[in-house]
This record gives sequence, structure tokens and C-alpha cells, in this order.
Amino acid sequence: MSSSPSSGSARTIVDTGGAPILLIVAVLGALLFTAATALSQDPLFQFQGAIFIIGFLGGAAALTWGLSAGRFKQDASRYTDGVIKAGVIATMFWGAAGMLVGCIIAAQLTWPTIFYFPDYGFLNFGRIRPLHTSAVIFAFGGNALIATSFWVVQRTCKAKLFGGMTAWFVFWGYQLFILLAGLGYLMGITQGQEYAEPEWLTDLWLTIVWVAYLVVFLGTIWKRKEPHIYVANWFYLAFIVTIAILHIFNNLAVPVSLLNHRSYEVWSGVQSAMVQWWYGHNAVGFLLTAGFLAMMYYFIPKRAERPIYSYRLSIVHFWALIFIYIWAGPHHLHYTALPQWTQTLGMTFSIMLWMPSWGGMINGLMTLSGAWDKLRTDPVIRMFVASLAFYGMSTFEGPVMSIRAVNALSHYTDWGIGHVHSGALGWVGFVTFGSMYCLVPWLWKKDGLYSNKLVEWHFWIATTGILLYITAMWVSGIMEGLMWRAYTPQGFLAYSFIETVAAKHVEFMVRLLGGLMYLSGVIIMIYNLVRTLGLPSSERANHPAVALPAGLAFAGE
Amino acid sequence: MSGKRTTDPHSGTETTGHEWDGITELDTPLPRWWLWIFYGCIAFAIGYWVLMPSWPYPGGYTKGLLHNSTRAQVAVDLAALKAQRAVQGQALTNASLEQIEKDPKLQAYALTLGQITFNENCTACHGHGGTGSKGYANLRDDVWLWGGSLEDIQTTITHGIRSQDPETRMSKMPSFGADGLLKPGEVNDLTEYVVALSHRKASAGAVARAAPLFANNCAVCHGPEGKGNQAFGAPNLTDRDWLYGPDRASIHDQIWYGRGGVMPNWGARLDANTIKALTVYIHANAGGS
Repeated sequence: MSSSPSSGSARTIVDTGGAPILLIVAVLGALLFTAATALSQDPLFQFQGAIFIIGFLGGAAALTWGLSAGRFKQDASRYTDGVIKAGVIATMFWGAAGMLVGCIIAAQLTWPTIFYFPDYGFLNFGRIRPLHTSAVIFAFGGNALIATSFWVVQRTCKAKLFGGMTAWFVFWGYQLFILLAGLGYLMGITQGQEYAEPEWLTDLWLTIVWVAYLVVFLGTIWKRKEPHIYVANWFYLAFIVTIAILHIFNNLAVPVSLLNHRSYEVWSGVQSAMVQWWYGHNAVGFLLTAGFLAMMYYFIPKRAERPIYSYRLSIVHFWALIFIYIWAGPHHLHYTALPQWTQTLGMTFSIMLWMPSWGGMINGLMTLSGAWDKLRTDPVIRMFVASLAFYGMSTFEGPVMSIRAVNALSHYTDWGIGHVHSGALGWVGFVTFGSMYCLVPWLWKKDGLYSNKLVEWHFWIATTGILLYITAMWVSGIMEGLMWRAYTPQGFLAYSFIETVAAKHVEFMVRLLGGLMYLSGVIIMIYNLVRTLGLPSSERANHPAVALPAGLAFAGE
Repeated sequence: MSGKRTTDPHSGTETTGHEWDGITELDTPLPRWWLWIFYGCIAFAIGYWVLMPSWPYPGGYTKGLLHNSTRAQVAVDLAALKAQRAVQGQALTNASLEQIEKDPKLQAYALTLGQITFNENCTACHGHGGTGSKGYANLRDDVWLWGGSLEDIQTTITHGIRSQDPETRMSKMPSFGADGLLKPGEVNDLTEYVVALSHRKASAGAVARAAPLFANNCAVCHGPEGKGNQAFGAPNLTDRDWLYGPDRASIHDQIWYGRGGVMPNWGARLDANTIKALTVYIHANAGGS
């Protein structure tokens, strides 16, 4: 509790960025959920209610403390970086947690009798598989996107984040969403739609948080001091807006009652499937592709200190990507009850998506031309290059797999699992790691990382892990696909399902090994980052990344 | 920021003059190969739309020049499969179960069909290979709860056990303990008695006390000597085969709760030929009574 600011005359109103309003919201929220939890007869609703109450009370306590200690005084001369630091920490935490769960379910698939815990139902594969996918996509990926977008939009707009404490609401609100979703899965709260498992109450909460995120992001762009909007911000904005739309339409549901956790979707049958995969595919397209391309468009030129290769390519591939991606969902429903014409459109749009996807890869890789020597000296740049290579590979593999004849073999097999992991581990993971390796020294004002050698180790262990993972899945996927369609000469299926599962045992072991290697890489990274925090602070004025907007001076302290 | 275009010394390309946080952009034209492959993909898509069912309009959709229809195709494929299977299928229909076993060619066919049918439908409960598990009968030995002749097996598969089929095999062991038909001490004594029946060491006092209990409550189905009765699906208690486990706790639980499993009536799901083949397969793999 340091002494109050210099101005001595009358009492001045200190701008606390709307913290008192948040405090009121938190108190009201806690009261509302206390009442609802008390009235509800549904234990699962009460479980969710308890998480909300704890979340709101925790928020109220932190806000009360912060306000009384004068912690929220807004400093217009500084970028809002505290929330980004929190986002970096959350990203690494959820990344490690989600990947650990991934290794557990890989072990369950490999040795189903050993890693089976009948006394602990919440550890069942069916419960923790969505925990893994949501933790890595939404908790790890989502936090990475929120944190980097807050950094990038401020720097490239030369404007402080809009909305004062709203950014903190977005951060903590999003963590609350993650807990509601993840703990809910363990308790059995799910609407059973892949990547859209959370039930209506959690969905509503995410909608509120997401709209706040959109307001912060758009508000910052609105008050920018640059004449143009940087390409990374187009991609971030496309990601935020589209995810909002997808989330709302795929979760239109009628709750059983306002005090019950369960709801029923307004769509049914094949319409439900179509909306689900319109959502599911574009969660890949706009969260895992557009969002991370935004990251790529800032951190690669920044790290390589090279101009973006082609402005025109960035415009053309951006618009082509967002226009075409939104049509590609039906390729998840080939050879189902979905009408054939819809399948045709899904497939052809997926094929047309190939080059728009590759536009990002070309722009990223060619940006490095003139800086290729850094590949030898800077393992972070190497990570970015590998991420683009995996991005290029999986965005080629995707259109190939969308071709109906190929899909007839690949669908429902491990090939699909391998495909998403070459994208998730290779592209999303590596571009995030690279960005975090950049951000941590910038945010905490260090000259560099604790150890480049450890980055090097991380890179090689993780790359080998990915290669083991995806080759194992290619082999097992194609093998089981061929076994499923094999007939005896008399016209009977040659293999039962369980025989095709038994045949994959070795590949499953290799997959687990790959996953464990990837997880080890992340643990090395966390160690490296934590040690980086312990380094002495650098002279902040010398550091290009913390340069302040023109006309704004450092606040004297 | 200022809008001043400069030339990048490395590539010799002009920048656009924009700048954000130190990042500039080159004004490089679109890569030719990229553009042409993109056009090629679009051309492919348009060609595919012309040939195949693609764009919807109110009340219908464009059928495409090839008039391709996956629904029509699957009907053709299924008919072809049916024809392929019919070659030997008819022989299976005409033959009795005994005749199938005697004709090596027909038997080989039935075993192929029976095996895949078994693996797809029966392994979930009876285990891969039919070795069973607790509560699910082992089909690889010669111990049969409801009879192991070809006809018995066929009946069990067709109508199931405690299923919804009116002709289902049906029996219900009483829950002697849970329903209070016997006192807890009596259930304990009976447990010892059953252990003794299967030629294992048991408390002599308990066995003596349980003898009249067994005669009054159990013998009607399991027989006075405990050798079972396949008409009721009552297991033989003197052998080493235990559906719910051989240990005292399992035997006690069984007397207490009188559990009885359910097997579906597969006649509602599989056709007569498939059930015939399955019967032959199970019969051949078991001891074969």
C-alpha cells in the first residue's frame, strides 16, 4: 500500500478500470447462484452452481482486496501487460495438464485392462477423452490466443487495451469456463457433441466472456493510432467473431428447466449433425488455423526481423481462407445420412481450401528469406519453421482426406487422429511454444531466455515425438481401414472390430511414446521459462518490444 | 506508419510503406505457382459440380451429368453381396444342422460365417474366442447350462435367455437372502454345503445343518445331488465350472441375490441361415455334446 499519487489538491477520482462494477457483478453472481443452487433438485446443477459460487466469491474477494490496496489504478502510459502474463502462465499450465491427460488416455487405449479404474468412474476414457481435447484446444490454445492477441493488438495499434479491467474479466471468466467444462465432464455433464461438450449453463457463461473479449479487442482496434489494421489483427478478429457465431448456433438448446444442468438441442437428426460439423470443422478453421496464423503473422517477422513476404498474398489468402473454410464442414459426414449434394460441396470446398491455407505457410516461410542463417543460431526460429512445415503438411492432408474415395478408407480410423495431431502438436503447439519463448522475455523484461540449449532439446524431443505419433497413426489408421473393408471370398467381413483393435497394439504403444516425448518437451520448456523469470531484468528502454506509443512518456515513479 | 515505401535490400522488393511495431511488408506479387494451383482447384470443383449432385435449389438439387447417387449405388452393392453369399447360402438353407456338420464343404462355409457372426455379436459378453467371463458362460468347454446339442444351441441363440421373446429360455433363482427366504446363517451354511458338493474342504457342522435346507430349497432345480438340470438352466454344482465364481464370497452372493443373466433373442436380429451357421460354429468349438 504505497502512498497515493502526487496530485495533492482535492480528492481525485482514481480510474480503476471499472473494477467496482466487476465487484458488483461478482457479488450479484454469487448471490444468484447461491439461490439457484439452493433451489435446484439436480445434484449436477448444484455442482456447477458451487463452481460458480466459488468463482464469483474468489473474484469478489480479489477485487475488494485490489481496490482497497489501490492495485487497479489505470496507467494510460503503459500497455496492459499483467493480464498477458497471466495468460502465458495459464497457457503453459493447461498445455501440460491437457497433454498429460492425453498420455493417460493413450495408455488406456493401449492397455485397457491395466489403466481401467472401475472404482473411479470419472477416470473412464469416455470422461477424460473430452477433458483432453478441450484442455488442449480451448484451455491451452484458447489461452494462448487470448494472451497473444492482447499483446499483438496493443503493439500493432499503438493503443492500450480497451475497457480497463474487462481484459481481466475475460481472462478469469475464461478460466472459470474451463473449470466448469472440465470438471463437468468428469462428473458426467456433457451434451455429447465433439468439441462442444459443455452444457447450456457453461455455454451461456462462455458467450458472455467471449462477447467481452470481442469488445476489448474491437475497442482497442477502434482507438488505434495506426492508419491501417495489421494482418494479424484481421485473423484474430475473424477468429473471435466466427467462434462466437459457431458457438451460439451449435449450442441453441432448451434447458430441461432453469435449475437443471441438462438441455435438449433445437436441431435434431441430420440437421444436428450438419450444424455440429459446421461448428466442429470451423473450430479447427478459425480457432486452430486463423487464430494461430495471427500469432504467426506477428511473432515470425518480429523474431526474424524481416518484412512480411507479401502483403497481397496476405490479403488474398485471408479472404479466400475465411470464405471457403466455412463451407467445408460436410466432409466430416461423408457416406452418412447427409444428402450427397451437401457432401459434394463439403469436399470441393475443402479442395479449394488447399492454396488459401498454404498462403499462410508461404508468407511465413518466405518472410524468413534473408534470415535463414538464424535457423542455425536461434532454436525459436527453428520451432516456427517446423510449425509452418507441419501446418503445410496437415493443410494438404486435410483436403486429400476430404475426397470421398479417400475418406471411405480414412474416416473413423486413427488416420484422422494422426491428422489432427500433426496439426495440433506440429502447427498449433510449435507456433505457440515459439511465441511463448518470445513473449516471456519481452513481458518480464529479460535479455533473453535462460537457456537456448534447452529450447534446442525441447525442439528435437518434441519433433521426434510428433513424427512417432503421426507415423504410428498413419500405419494403424490405414491398416484398420483396410481390415474393416476386407471381405472373405464368400462375401463375409473378414475381421471383427475387436480384431482390428488388437492389431493396433504396437502402434498404440508408439503413439504413447510420441506423446510422452512431446509432454517431456513441454516440461523442459516450463523449466526453462521459470528459470528465465529468475534472470536479472534488462534495461527496458533498450528493448524494442516495450517501446511505448509515440507521444506517451513513461510514467514517472 | 508514415507511408514511405522503401526497398528491401535483401529481396530488392519495395515495401508497402505500412509499419506496425517495427514490422513492414513487402509488396511481392502473388506467387505464380500458388495462383495457378488455386485456379486449378477451383476448376476441379466446378467440374465436379457439373458431374455430380451438388447445388441445392428450392425443392431439389442439381443431379449432375453422371446422375451419380450413393443411395442407388449402395443398393447395387448390397444386391451383389447377397448374390455372392447366395451361392452357398441356399445349400445352408436346405440342409439340417446335422447334415451341415457332415458335409465338409458346407461345414467350412458355415464356420466362416459363424465365426464372423460370433466375433461381431457374441464376443462382447462371451469374450474373444468364447472363453467367457464372470457371469457369461464359457462356450469352449463341454459344460452347458441349457444343453449343448445342436438343437439346444440353436434354440438358445434364437430365443435367448430371460429375453423378451415369448419362447425365451426362462428360469429364476430366488434371492434367498435378499428376499428373506433364508436367514443369513442359513445362507452361510448353504454356502459351505455347495463348497462341499464340489469336492472341496468345508465346515462339517455347517454342511450337516445345511443338508435339509438344500433338499427343501435347492434340490428341486439343482437335483438332490446338486448335479443340475438343463431344463431349468440350473448349473451342476459338483463340477469345477462356476458362472459367477468358485470362491465362497461368490457362492454366498449367488444364494443371497440369485442373479440371472439375460441373453438377447438373436432370432429378432439375425436371419435363419446366420443362426444356423453360428450354431454349427459354437458346437464345433465346444466339447460338442
